[in-house]
Amino acid sequence: MTGPGVKAAPEMGRQRPTLWRRLTGRGSDRPLRLLRSASIRFAAVYAVLLALSGFALALFLWYETAGLLDRQTEAAIRADAQGLSERWEEGGLPALVMTIDDRLAQNVDDDAIYLLVDSQLRRIAGNLQRWPQGVTATNAWYELPVQRAGIRSLARVQRFDLLGGFHLLVGRDVRVRAQLRNLLTDAMLWALVIVVAMASGGALVVRGLFRRTLANISHTSAAIAAGDLGQRVKLSGRGDEFDQLAETINDMLERIGRLMDGVRQVSNAIAHDLRTPITRARTRLEDAALHAGSEAELRAAIERAIADLDGIVAVFQALLRITEIEAGSRRSAFTAFDLAPVLADVGELYAAVAEERGIQVAVESPPQLPAYGDRELIQQAIANLLDNAVKFSPRGGRVTVSGAASGGGVIIRVRDQGPGIPPDELSRAGERFFRGEDARSTPGSGLGLALVQAVAHLHGGTLRLDDAAPGLAAVLLLPMAQPLDPAGPGT
Amino acid sequence: MRILVVEDDKDVAGFVVRGLKEAGHLVEHADNGRDGLFMAASENFDAVILDRMLPGGIDGLRLLETLRGQKNTVPVLFLSALAEVDDRVRGLKAGGDDYLTKPFAFAELLARVEALARRGKGDAPVTRLLVADLELDLLSRQVRRAGQKIDLQPREFRLLEYLMRHAGQVVTRTMLLEGVWDYHFDPQTNVIDVHVSRLRQKVDKPFPSPLIHTIRNAGYMLRADPA
Repeated sequence: MTGPGVKAAPEMGRQRPTLWRRLTGRGSDRPLRLLRSASIRFAAVYAVLLALSGFALALFLWYETAGLLDRQTEAAIRADAQGLSERWEEGGLPALVMTIDDRLAQNVDDDAIYLLVDSQLRRIAGNLQRWPQGVTATNAWYELPVQRAGIRSLARVQRFDLLGGFHLLVGRDVRVRAQLRNLLTDAMLWALVIVVAMASGGALVVRGLFRRTLANISHTSAAIAAGDLGQRVKLSGRGDEFDQLAETINDMLERIGRLMDGVRQVSNAIAHDLRTPITRARTRLEDAALHAGSEAELRAAIERAIADLDGIVAVFQALLRITEIEAGSRRSAFTAFDLAPVLADVGELYAAVAEERGIQVAVESPPQLPAYGDRELIQQAIANLLDNAVKFSPRGGRVTVSGAASGGGVIIRVRDQGPGIPPDELSRAGERFFRGEDARSTPGSGLGLALVQAVAHLHGGTLRLDDAAPGLAAVLLLPMAQPLDPAGPGT
Repeated sequence: MRILVVEDDKDVAGFVVRGLKEAGHLVEHADNGRDGLFMAASENFDAVILDRMLPGGIDGLRLLETLRGQKNTVPVLFLSALAEVDDRVRGLKAGGDDYLTKPFAFAELLARVEALARRGKGDAPVTRLLVADLELDLLSRQVRRAGQKIDLQPREFRLLEYLMRHAGQVVTRTMLLEGVWDYHFDPQTNVIDVHVSRLRQKVDKPFPSPLIHTIRNAGYMLRADPA
């Protein structure tokens, strides 16, 4: 197992395991394998995101509270210093000393810190005894422990240099604030620990959920892969994305099942419907070989067997053609054409046969009927419908072929006055090899309507069989997939 | 006529060669694409019967494309098990003149090859067809027999025209369906027979000797002398 989860970066595949080994201090590929599990990846992403947002929240809170206190202190010190410097400019040293004393006297919170010293750092005014060590730079903040009225405390101070070698220290006692800040910081750190713990716990839950949802689908798929096509993915009923996925998968299984049924049906039908003529041909040949008394007899038997075989070939060709149409490869032959002459031609082709049987064929169509599709296939579909109609019509009957434009498409109706198809057989009539109970004695392969249906599907249309009472009305509806373009179809 | 058969299946080839010889033709046979191309390119044939899938590195399509590339216009009939519509289109696009799928009836093959070989000759446009006392004028679209005018429907006219253009040759039902109706599928009911019999009613019935003959297991033939 050397490859990483990402196949697109093969050079990383060689680096990552060694990096992992270095990081984890062992040669195992276990971390990699863990990372390759989608559920763990999702859980890890969840944990990291939750921890990050918790951290960001804590940072924000800290800045808004402890940080605010610091900023307020600094602002107060700056304002204090500003006032003192104004007094110094107005009244010199005595005014400054007086102001400092005043302010100390008026300081209710007892948190102000002042210290004015001369160039020898000797105290002139203020509530600190000595100049604290280390406060050497102006314009810098210092936080230092101070001794004030016998109490140790913490101060935040800034140093200002005055003319004449005097130095001024302005500050605030921040002991209480520092305590508050420490409290806040502690709370934040604990909160972070809790967030990390919850993130880890949550990650486990997410991973579990993820696994359970997938397990449903993966169990079903495994069962189907093992051959049990009846299995379906269970729906949670929440209608969420997983339900949608499950529904899509179930639809797919449904379709696969139908196709499998179709294939099974066709192979059964082939086995049955071709076995009969093959048996007949074989019997004839064997019978002739064993019993034929003369060459003429032998010849006749062979000719009949050839006719049987030709019938089998015709069935094969019809089957292959239906398969070819259903595969949809013929869509490249789609063109715009006029359906009216096609209807007239097919009608004329069959009119003669019909007339021989005392059946009248009438074609009803507007002078022009623009259509779009595979002309040859539509021609054959109409021919098949007409073939059926003529075949099942009684003597003296009438067959009507009509074409009409219908909502951007064309609708082709072939109506006869024959026995029709019983309602319980109507839905199966388009299946391959289907032959109505009453049609067993009529010649035919049972593939005619199946081909018409395939042609209809290829064009995105439908074949409907209606009871025309009496007789059958086959309605072929072909939507015009492409608007008629004089320059020809685009695809 | 000299006919070249390029077919690798021994049984099919033997059957076709024997049948063509019986019909009075001179037949050469190649069982692979390389030999077939060599013979077709170096000798004069009236027609070539060509399989699509051939051993020897050159299949039927390649063979024909090479042949056409050398400006060789010998009529070629594809005889192939590749039966899809697209296969047929590909074969005709490559320069094939006709396409017959396996399995086939020999009568169909013979009729088509003879029609092809004869079409290669005498390409002069005709305006009038004449067989015995039957006369068809393509310009005025009139038909006369023994001086008597015969009224025909447009489709009957085209059917008769097709038969007369192939006078003396066997014309199969499929050829009629393709040539007269331009249909490339096999209708289940034998509609062609009815149309031919109607034509007979008009062209043959009123006259002492019939011109349109039924050839058993094959199709029809229009010819002057009853054989």
